[in-house]
Amino acid sequence: MLAGCTESLSIVHPAGSAAEVIATLWWVMLIGATAIFLLVTVLLVLSFRRGEQPSGPEADARRERIWIQGFGLAFSLIVLAALTGYGLYVGERLLPRPGPDVVTVRAEGARWQWRFTYDDAPGRTTLGVLHIPARRQVDVQITTVDVIHSFWAPRLGGKLDAIPGHVNVLRIEADTPGDYAGVSAEFNGRGYTGHRFIVRAHDDAGWDAFLRGETP
Amino acid sequence: MNALRRHRELERIWSSRPGWRGKLTTVNNNDIGLMFMFVATAYFVIGGILAMLIRSQLASPHSAFMGPDVYNQVFTMHGTIMMFLFAIPLFEGLTMHVLPRMLGTRDMAFPRLSAFGLWCYVFGGSILIFALLAGVAPDSGWFMYPPLASTLGSPGVNADFWLIGITFVEISAISAAVEIVTTVLLYRAPGMSLEKLPIFAWYMLVVAVMILTAFPPLILGSILLELERAFGMPFFQVAQGGDSLLWQHLFWIFAHPEVYIIFLPGAAVISTVLPVMARTTLLGYRWIVVATVALGILSFGLWVHHMFTTGLPHMGLAFFSAASTLVAVPTGIQIFAWIGTLWKGRPEMHLPMLWIVAFFATFVLGGLTGVMVAIVPFNWQTHDTYFIVAHFHYVLVGGFVFPMLAGLYYWLPHFTGRKRYFKTGETAFWLVVLGFHGTFLLLHWAGLLGMRRRIDTVEAGSGWELINLLASIGGFAMAIGFALVLLDVAVNVAVSTRSRRNPWRAGTLEWAALSPSPSYNMASLPEIRSRYPLYDDPELPARIARGEGYLGEPRDGLRENLAVDISSGRPRCLVIFPTNSVLPIIMAAVTGGLFVGMLIKAYWLVPVSLVGMAVIATWWAWTLGSGEDQDPRPVGNGLVLPLASELKRPPGWWGSLFLLLADVVFMGSLLFGYAFLWTVAPNWPPPAYLKPGLLGPVLVLGGAALSFGGIRLAQRALRHDEKPWPGLLLNFAGLVSLGGAAGTVLARTVHDAHAFDATLWVIAGYVIFHVIVAVLMTMFLTLRAVAGYLSSRRIGEANIVGLWSDYAAVVALLGLGAAWLPGAFT
Repeated sequence: MLAGCTESLSIVHPAGSAAEVIATLWWVMLIGATAIFLLVTVLLVLSFRRGEQPSGPEADARRERIWIQGFGLAFSLIVLAALTGYGLYVGERLLPRPGPDVVTVRAEGARWQWRFTYDDAPGRTTLGVLHIPARRQVDVQITTVDVIHSFWAPRLGGKLDAIPGHVNVLRIEADTPGDYAGVSAEFNGRGYTGHRFIVRAHDDAGWDAFLRGETP
Repeated sequence: MNALRRHRELERIWSSRPGWRGKLTTVNNNDIGLMFMFVATAYFVIGGILAMLIRSQLASPHSAFMGPDVYNQVFTMHGTIMMFLFAIPLFEGLTMHVLPRMLGTRDMAFPRLSAFGLWCYVFGGSILIFALLAGVAPDSGWFMYPPLASTLGSPGVNADFWLIGITFVEISAISAAVEIVTTVLLYRAPGMSLEKLPIFAWYMLVVAVMILTAFPPLILGSILLELERAFGMPFFQVAQGGDSLLWQHLFWIFAHPEVYIIFLPGAAVISTVLPVMARTTLLGYRWIVVATVALGILSFGLWVHHMFTTGLPHMGLAFFSAASTLVAVPTGIQIFAWIGTLWKGRPEMHLPMLWIVAFFATFVLGGLTGVMVAIVPFNWQTHDTYFIVAHFHYVLVGGFVFPMLAGLYYWLPHFTGRKRYFKTGETAFWLVVLGFHGTFLLLHWAGLLGMRRRIDTVEAGSGWELINLLASIGGFAMAIGFALVLLDVAVNVAVSTRSRRNPWRAGTLEWAALSPSPSYNMASLPEIRSRYPLYDDPELPARIARGEGYLGEPRDGLRENLAVDISSGRPRCLVIFPTNSVLPIIMAAVTGGLFVGMLIKAYWLVPVSLVGMAVIATWWAWTLGSGEDQDPRPVGNGLVLPLASELKRPPGWWGSLFLLLADVVFMGSLLFGYAFLWTVAPNWPPPAYLKPGLLGPVLVLGGAALSFGGIRLAQRALRHDEKPWPGLLLNFAGLVSLGGAAGTVLARTVHDAHAFDATLWVIAGYVIFHVIVAVLMTMFLTLRAVAGYLSSRRIGEANIVGLWSDYAAVVALLGLGAAWLPGAFT
């Protein structure tokens, strides 16, 4: 079930809407950054291939207008404003807003284990495996019993830290039932590399079975 | 006196003693600069070896080369060494070496302070290297997040080495920053107004102010975490009212500006070297100055972008995200100003220029990925992955190491006196640059595939094994390249031919000096009319050597220098510089006792060292000044100037002012931490707030009034050549009363009961520390008055003491007021 092992932690192989919009953001930024890098490279290369240039204060004033006010100020500002706006829009979409269908679970990090509990199944505790329904928005309330950890299931969404005394809420979603890899993503000592968990997304029947306590 | 005799006479006055003893007692900027760079390079080699260990471990899946206990020390020390023991000291050394010549002056502002900083750096760094060799090095990552770095996650001594060693090293950063600011503002060639300042000096002025404002939060954080570890004061322990997020704020308020503190010296080198390589002048000087200042200010508004995954409100994140992208604008202005400069001139491909091209190719990529990770949703995915690791290596190696190598090859004639002969440098260049991109370019992709930073093995089947193997091969190629650079420099030092003056035909003043640079830097101080004095007058080096500038005639064996008016650069006064001294290294060693005492929990060493430091500081300061009023002296070209000891605001006053800037930021960080815990930490309010009572407030108000009025009374008496005793006595009484007020806070709280109590202890301790400093200074001033060192003309020292005394009163009022505030209203 664990989708193609080499992609199990991949940001660029999203398996849910939250991870999807961030992957799209990445591809857009990659294209933009490549274009800007090529532009700078071309400008740099061309500077080596030219003859005698006009000198004097007027020529310098013209150069300042082109290079500094044009490229440095105007160009940078426009590109960055557009990108920041886009990033803000994406960030707003990812916020855990309340909704009728939202499932709430709780993730408690410890060295080196994750313990999960469920609002819909009080008293139910799972170790190392987080059960969620597929195709429904899930809010993960994240906290810790010792040092700082970070909850990260890359194909389902971004990461959020587990900080002593605080509860952070992360919205994730899986499009299809299946197992998705998760890791702790804030260094926490000698067992860090192996500090993992699995997010198991169930279809409707499977989720009901889990809530009734029929799945281990 | 001809040029050769002038040279010999000035060398006799300014140079250090011969042999290794000379190295221990030297206060000369050329020696200190070289020693800083040499030691920084040694730490770079150690940090580089650690990097190779990391790449060996990650080259193959499930490598059993190192276990997690060793690996965690290795990556923590790699980051720590490169940031604190390599990058900052390297540019400090470069600056100390070239800045005085660029400014047309003879030394840094406070030569003994330079030496003191150097030794603190050497000793503090040694503490960390000792920990590495002994196998007890810090192992919780270079940003030391508690609780992992506190007693819960690191019960051993490992984290103490970091907190104590790094704080010791930071003394050198602060002292170098005070020096750089004072030097740029006060010590320049006559006529060098701020408008004509070499661009390198502008950059370093901004960098130095940033050090003064960025390092105090980290120093505070380190002190708090060490107090928590050593005495159980719970600043970061949530159960007792602390919050681990406080550390993250304090750390990143430091560490984000730190990134620009490291990048801006690289940019300073580019702005200096690139126009020379393009046979032209820098395009948009004023724009670059404004961009640099803007960068310095903006860099303090972005720290939260290292904390995007800590669960802060999204609108707050949006603000910091916007600020983080905005910081790319001044960077963009500089990049395009440099490209415009290349278009303006005719670039030539010398070795420094090769490194500058590598800078462009690398840093621009790092900047672009930097903008990406400033976008919050993308950051949520890539934070703590190898995408970030790749990003910051592109920024730091591209933006700092490559420009420094450009600078190394550019200024090599200054350091060694020889011109490069062997072409090893070109081979090294290609190995380093191709090796670097081979290492880090694909690691971006490993990060996107989910490879977390700091994992100790690469899992088989993870999809990133091949990338890591290639990265390790690239890493070793890069390491060989760096080894070749060192070899190249060493061989050229040993066997190549002597350099002529100004081999690059540059326009800035440092090239007027001989190669290697003489200890006195400038045979005489020229009058400056533009930003490129050597382009105005190619004969200037000869005229300087012939003594046609100011102070061309060595006099009385004294180290004479001129201080100028800050903005106009008009000569203000004659300064007699201190000579070689054993005091700095002794002071650093005694200061080391303070840190070692904390480290090995031999707490008796702490007060002993503090007393020792006070004694040496008194001795240090006593050697300055003069026992009698002195007539103004001729300084050449018909100009007669007073001595610095007879200014109302001598250089020491300015140095104190800049040091107090760092102190103000420290106090501000402390109050920020207090407010942060109060409003954000989960387990507040504490069981009980401290009630102010009557005694404390009376003592602090009365004490502040007495000390404030007393020091002014003493200064007034001195101005009128009257006895200062009544004023000094009142000041003394006032300071003691302030200390008593702080004592009431200590007496009524328990240091480890709650983060509130612990914070009050730190505030009261901070007040008491400043009271003690001001008391010692008042006693010093009293002794100076008795010994006849003060008069209506020699008032500067009283004004310096006034600064510190007033500061003690202000922090007592503010700090104790803040301590009593919650108790007064509940």
